[in-house]
Amino acid sequence: MRPERGFVGTSLALVLALLGSGCAIKPIEPWVKPYERERLTDPVMQWSRASLADRHREHIHSVREGARGAVGVQGGGCGCN
Amino acid sequence: MGLWRWLSNSLSRWRERAGVRGLFSGLAAAGAATVAPAAVLPDDKAEAMFHVYDGGGVKADGPAFLVRKKLGERVSLSAGYYIDAVSNASIDVVTTASPFKEKRTAWDFGADWLVGNSVLTLSGSTSREPDYEANAVNADVAADVFGGMTTLSLGFTRGSDRVGRTDRREVFFDDVRRWQYRAGVTQILSPRWLMSLNAEAISEDGYLGSPYRAARVFGAFVPERLPRTRTGRAVKLRSLAEVLPDTALRIEARAYWDTWDVRGRTIEIAGTRKFGPQWLLDVSLRSHKQTAALFYADNAQVDTVFVTRNRQLSAFNSLGLGAKLTWKPAAAWAERYGVQVTGVLERKRFRFPEFIDLRNQRPYAYDANVMQVVLAGRF
Amino acid sequence: MMSTPDLDPARRTFAGTVAAGLTASLVAPWFAGVAHATSVKPKALPPDFTLPSSLGGNLRLAEQRGQVVLVNFWATWCGPCLIELPHLNRLHDKYRSAGVLLLGVSVDNDAKAAAAMAKKLDLRFATLFDTAKTVSRAWDLDAMPSTVLLDRDGRVRHIHLGYRDGLEKTYEAQLRELVKE
Repeated sequence: MRPERGFVGTSLALVLALLGSGCAIKPIEPWVKPYERERLTDPVMQWSRASLADRHREHIHSVREGARGAVGVQGGGCGCN
Repeated sequence: MGLWRWLSNSLSRWRERAGVRGLFSGLAAAGAATVAPAAVLPDDKAEAMFHVYDGGGVKADGPAFLVRKKLGERVSLSAGYYIDAVSNASIDVVTTASPFKEKRTAWDFGADWLVGNSVLTLSGSTSREPDYEANAVNADVAADVFGGMTTLSLGFTRGSDRVGRTDRREVFFDDVRRWQYRAGVTQILSPRWLMSLNAEAISEDGYLGSPYRAARVFGAFVPERLPRTRTGRAVKLRSLAEVLPDTALRIEARAYWDTWDVRGRTIEIAGTRKFGPQWLLDVSLRSHKQTAALFYADNAQVDTVFVTRNRQLSAFNSLGLGAKLTWKPAAAWAERYGVQVTGVLERKRFRFPEFIDLRNQRPYAYDANVMQVVLAGRF
Repeated sequence: MMSTPDLDPARRTFAGTVAAGLTASLVAPWFAGVAHATSVKPKALPPDFTLPSSLGGNLRLAEQRGQVVLVNFWATWCGPCLIELPHLNRLHDKYRSAGVLLLGVSVDNDAKAAAAMAKKLDLRFATLFDTAKTVSRAWDLDAMPSTVLLDRDGRVRHIHLGYRDGLEKTYEAQLRELVKE
């Protein structure tokens, strides 16, 4: 059973792949500029709008089901400042 | 392989010497070097909720509160309070014991610091009920990198629980220690598309069963016997995209596996749509399926070291359909305080093909209703 | 097998994710465009533009030479921008008669929403509407809000990316310097 090593290797590979594409040639520029982030600040584009409600829902899932974890800590934001 | 072991060993040694502080400052220093958009602290808010869970003979309802406020430009503090008034007549309780009522109270506190392009969070929580006390301390860091398009997050939770039983004079008799490690990446892919990958490992050590639950071996009821350790891992990939103006589609898929041989997969699809400036509707469908733990048996025909009849460790599936409606009143005061009211209704169907309902000798199934009403604002 | 604590693999997973996180955060600055080449360079003329103005008609940047110009990029959805704007309003009131022109360039998709916000904040300086983002793309400033100060010859003298508490004092000091020239 080698789920640990596969797990670690996959997370490492995925993170580096996300950032490392094109690293041999020249640094790639962020392609979504701060002034293009308007839609990402819209309420429909938030992972979570009411944290209490979502926390309660996740609590129900972890109590009523055997599987738990990886609920997620989010980012994205308005690109301000 | 050798390189991996070297890296792992040097990281553990470094971590022990430098402590968690070293990790934070390293991330913060790297983050501060970017010219680009910085992370922001969570907004101030106050939320009050009433929640109800009703299903399978268990009814739990109660209020919950959350308050979050910034102190200056760099620190945000939060506090929460949660009550569950539980009335338990679940299938286990009804077939092997008798219905009961109890109250669970939980508090949590947190502080967030803005350091360069990162937000560091330290929080703690405690949950008390007559026969279970759960405590946890969490440390999280979320760093905005790559022009603010990528958010990297790392987190650690250390939990410590006391397990007891109310049918004995000496209530608490054992404990559980828990370690959770999480990592996540959120990536903006286009002005209208986000994706996020999260991974978590949970390790537990201690009394992991229920002192009230019985297992069945050769037709006879015996106390359940569970291992004293369990390590589970979960990986979740999710995508959020604005597919039409003011309409977003969210898709989530999670895989879970652990050392008890439970494997689970969860898929959730949700659509969100704004109707004018005041209304927002979210509809979701969630399917969860898992396999049985290695030592699960409804009626064991072999005598094994470990045995359990906990239906949540059997092969079961659940399907949930939910709707969430948010309303922002149009008045000036509502605008100034960011007031919004949210109502949530979810119906979940649980099917346990490997767990027999002793009342009618058929595979057990039940439907559950979840209802929440939340009032939110800022101050 | 199951009776021994299974903590070592969990610790290895943590080490792996810490390694990933550290690697990413150390590699990230390279990708963040620190050496990013922008068209807005000190001592040079910035790209010219003509945008619709809230004070009526269109406004062309090149025609504003002879005045000290402060160009501020903002949006209704950007929190720090909305905190900065009242400070810019005060600077406008104080230095308008000294020959300082403040221009607020809104990058909102909806010009009406931007105009409504400008009215709500009682902005007394011109709001220009860059809904197509042509100016934002041409100037290519990597933060919201961003502020550029131009001297009387129309050349870029100061660039500020982002907003911090107290930055308006820096603006004021720099404007006074440019006015004295």
